[in-house]
This record gives sequence, C-alpha cells and structure tokens, in this order.
Amino acid sequence: MNETAGRAPQDPLPCCAVSGLVKTYRTGRGAAATEIRANDGVALTVRQGEIFGLLGPNGAGKSTLVRQLTGLLRPDAGSIELLGHDIVRHPERAARLLGYLGQESTALDELTVALAAETTGRLRGLGRAQARAEAADVLTELGLEPIAHRPLAKLSGGQRRLACLAATLVGERPLLVLDEPTTGMDPVARRAVWSAVDRRRAERGTTVLLVTHNVIEAETVLDRVAVIDEGRVIACDTPGGLKALVDGDVRLDLVWRDEAPVGVPAVAELAERAERTGRRWTVRTTPEQARELVAAVTTGPAFAALDDFTLATPSLEDAYLKLGGRHGGLAK
Amino acid sequence: MTLLSVPPQAAAPGATCGPAPLAPAARLLPALAAVYRAQLARARVARIPLLFVATFQSVGILVMMRGVVDSGQTSAARSVVAGSSVLVVAFVALNLLAQYFGKLRATGGLDHYATLPVPAASVVLGAAGAYASFTLPGTVVTAAVGAVMFGLPLGQLWVLLAVVPLAGAALSGLGAACGLLAPRQEIATMLGQLGMSAALLLGVLPVDHLPQPVLWLRDLLPSTYGVEAFARTFTPDPDWALVAGDLAVCAGVGVVSLAIATWAYRRAVSR
Repeated sequence: MNETAGRAPQDPLPCCAVSGLVKTYRTGRGAAATEIRANDGVALTVRQGEIFGLLGPNGAGKSTLVRQLTGLLRPDAGSIELLGHDIVRHPERAARLLGYLGQESTALDELTVALAAETTGRLRGLGRAQARAEAADVLTELGLEPIAHRPLAKLSGGQRRLACLAATLVGERPLLVLDEPTTGMDPVARRAVWSAVDRRRAERGTTVLLVTHNVIEAETVLDRVAVIDEGRVIACDTPGGLKALVDGDVRLDLVWRDEAPVGVPAVAELAERAERTGRRWTVRTTPEQARELVAAVTTGPAFAALDDFTLATPSLEDAYLKLGGRHGGLAK
Repeated sequence: MTLLSVPPQAAAPGATCGPAPLAPAARLLPALAAVYRAQLARARVARIPLLFVATFQSVGILVMMRGVVDSGQTSAARSVVAGSSVLVVAFVALNLLAQYFGKLRATGGLDHYATLPVPAASVVLGAAGAYASFTLPGTVVTAAVGAVMFGLPLGQLWVLLAVVPLAGAALSGLGAACGLLAPRQEIATMLGQLGMSAALLLGVLPVDHLPQPVLWLRDLLPSTYGVEAFARTFTPDPDWALVAGDLAVCAGVGVVSLAIATWAYRRAVSR
C-alpha cells in the first residue's frame, strides 16, 4: 500500500502519508491489565485536495488514528507525514498545518458562538481584527448568525456541532480533520457543512480527512475511503470501487407485521441465513434468488404477514461486511 | 445524490511539492489576551451565581465571627476581616479553577487548545488571570462589610488592588496545577475544596489560639501571606515594609505555582 513510492519529483506531495502505525493502550491495573491494540500497522496515503474518509464502527481505532495525526497522541511505532513534515518527531507542527474538529466541545461550551469562533481564530495565530472578520464570514456561511450571541451550552447538539465547525474553519489551514462533523445535525445543517467543505476544496485545494460511521454520508461525499476494523485498514478505494466488490449481489429487506410466517417453506429457509434486527430481516443474495424470494413472500400467507420489503443494489455497508467487518457497527 | 464536485484529477489548486509552509503560531501575549477575554466572558455567563455564593459565604463567616471576636483594633478582628476577604479569592481562583481544569482534562476539552498553535503559558495564565480578576468585586464587598462590622478603617482598601492579583496568582496557579495533575476529575474537585477549606480555617481563625503544628501548616499556605499583608494595613500605622514582604511571598509563590501549572498543562496535552 505504499503509494508514495516512485513519485516523480514534480508530483505534489501527499497531504498525509501514514505507514506502519501502531498504538497500544493498557487498560485495567496490575495483574488484570490488558493491552488493546487500537492501531495495528495502519498505512494510508491521502492526496492533496481529496476528501478522504475513515469508515468503521465504534472502537475500530479511527479516533486513535486521528489523535495521532493531529499530534495529540504519540504512536508506539510507524511514521506520519503531513505535507512533508514529520509529525511523530514534531507533533507541535500539526497545529500549524491542520484544523481539527474533535468530538468534545467542553472548552467552548460557555462561550457565545461568535466569541468561540473569534477566540479560536486568535489562538490559530490571527490578529484581532482578522479573527473577528473571518469569524463573521464563517458564521454567515454556515447560517449561524441568528444564534451568534448564544452560548454553545444552550444550543441543541446539532447547532453546537455546527458552531464548533465554525471555530475549526476560522484561520485557514491546508488540511481539515473532522471527527464525525455532522452528528446530530438536521439536513439543512448537513448541507451547510458539505458546501463549506466543498467551497474550501474548490477555492483553496483544502484536503479533508473525515471520520464517519455513517455509510450514506461516506457514499455521497467522499472521494476515497479507508475501511478500518480492529485497528487495521481492511480496504482503501473509492466508494464505487468498494461497492464493486459486492457488485453481483443485491440486498433484500423484509419487515414483518408481527411474527414471521415460518410455516411458509421459503421463509423457514430464509430464517436461518437472514440477519435479523427486530422485525426486519436482511439477506444478501444473487438477483435470481432475490427474485424467487420476492415472489414467495408477495403471495399467500407470507404476503399477509409482510409489512414492507425493499430490494436494493449493494451499499458501502454491504462492501464493508463482505470485507469481514463486524455486523451492526455502521449507521445507515 | 452526489453533493460535492468532482475530485481533482490533477494537482489541487495550491498543491505543493516541497514541505508546506507552516502557518504562524499564536504569540504569547495576544493569545493570553484572547484566552483571558474569553474566560472572563465565560465567567460572566456561568460564574456570577458562584461569585455571589463566594461573597455570601465570606460575609456569613464575618457575621459568625462577630459573635466571638470583639469589634475594634485587635489582631483578631483584623485577621477575621482579612481572612474572609482573601477567602473569596481562594474560593474562585483555587477551588473553581481546579474544578475547571479537572473537568477540561477529564472530558477531552484540552484537545481544543492542544490542536491550536498556542503557547501553554497563554492558556494557563489567561484562565488563571480571568479567575483571579473575577474575584475583585467580591473581595472588595467582603472587606468593606467586614471593616464596618468590626470598626476598622476603610481607607486602606486600595491595597486589595495588589493583594487580589498577587494572592490570586499564587492560588490560581495552585488551583490550575491541582486540576491538571489530578488523575481524575473527582480528585481535582476534592483538592480544590480541601485547599479552600484550608484557606478558610487557617486564614480566618485568629492566630493567637492556634497550636504550633497548625501554625506551621498556616505558614505553608500561600493565601496566609495575602491575609497577613491585608491585615497589617488595618493597623493605625501600617508597617509597609512587612506588607511588601508578604506580598513578595505571594508573588514568588505565584511565579512558581503558575510555572508548575504550565508544566502540568504541557504534560496533560502530550500523552
């Protein structure tokens, strides 16, 4: 996975090149202490101007990886280069190369939205007038003006997240690292986030590294995605490329009104291999078999018990499961 | 639905071939001013009720001590008034700041500062300065109420302009260090409360009746020197050299404790 090898001298540097990254935590005390390998030989390359995603369930090691990229955590082994700078040796340089949106807002909670953005800009090295002007521009861009003078702690989760993003965007950086930026946001706020991100990429060539466990988001906004599971990159490709892994298959979702009619032979056979979530059964299969199944459940007693069904082409989640990822960890 | 534009096939605009230039880091004083201003604004939103609590607590102690200490020029009256006034500083700068940094550390809030190119000293001094200056109104109110209640002169209250920042530096440095070094948030809270209780008991109780080991403990507490300096100014003919000496101890402890707090901050953000 060494994409930097053989790079011609005039080629642009990768924005972020990681190889052999290992990070181990100890949990518990004394004899009960166990080691957890949060990152186990992570390697990936993010090109300049790319919107690159890290996709994986909770506990896969995404946040640990991001904390090392941002200089917050020192890796046990491996190398991290950001735009030609060695971040393992000089972690303090990360703050001068990237803007980071973490998952916590406690440092800003009691500030007003406007002051949080302006202060963060000042701490990113801007002068007072410039920080104030940039903060005002970003608040306008994200539609935060009506709540500019309210403290973050008094806002809804999605609004607070958007205010934290505003603080991240004041003071230009060539790389933005956003850890689940749209958590809790309504569709309007989500659109504001993605158009702000896209504008920066189009106008300034900003690179974006995005942590997500939302497959819909990953499919629609990312140029490339690294799928992370149990501390390793299990695949890295465009969303389309990953979906091609499961190209032949389709996904059939069945939702029963009440109990599944297991008296019907086709349903009884399905019961053994379907993934069940409450009254929803999901099965991944060939198109021919799916057609037969649909025919079987849309007639007779099975149809009477059926509340809803969908037949869909594979999603990124199907690709993730095919790659050996754990069930149920990704949001749809 | 594809929301975003097509990914750049060739080099992105502004793509570089050599190491990218680093954005300038924030300088010490402008960053300190920004943190100070933000903390003060934050305190206005969240801390005014607590400032009332701090002031009422000190006034309550004055009322209580008035029952056992006579009014007039006695050393007991002077130390009760000075001790109650400096207690406001201990409550906010030591106790609340220890809790604030403890919470910031426990919840990952320090990451926000750690991913900005800001000097550690700016964050610690900005927060400590804001907490210390926020205590000034409460301290003045307590001192004025106490002076009237115990029949002491009001003319020397201006000395609080030196006592509050210097005792504030010493106590907020201690509070910040406790908050940043405590392994858990609850321990940070407990250390802050303990420090404030020590400042209360050792600062307010008249020294004449305290046993020797407690007096040694009293000498170790930085707030004692703030209390002593302020108490001396109530005498008819204050010995200004001793006042300056006590304040110099506060300043010295302030420098050391703020340096430790800055070190503790660096340690907390580079794990």
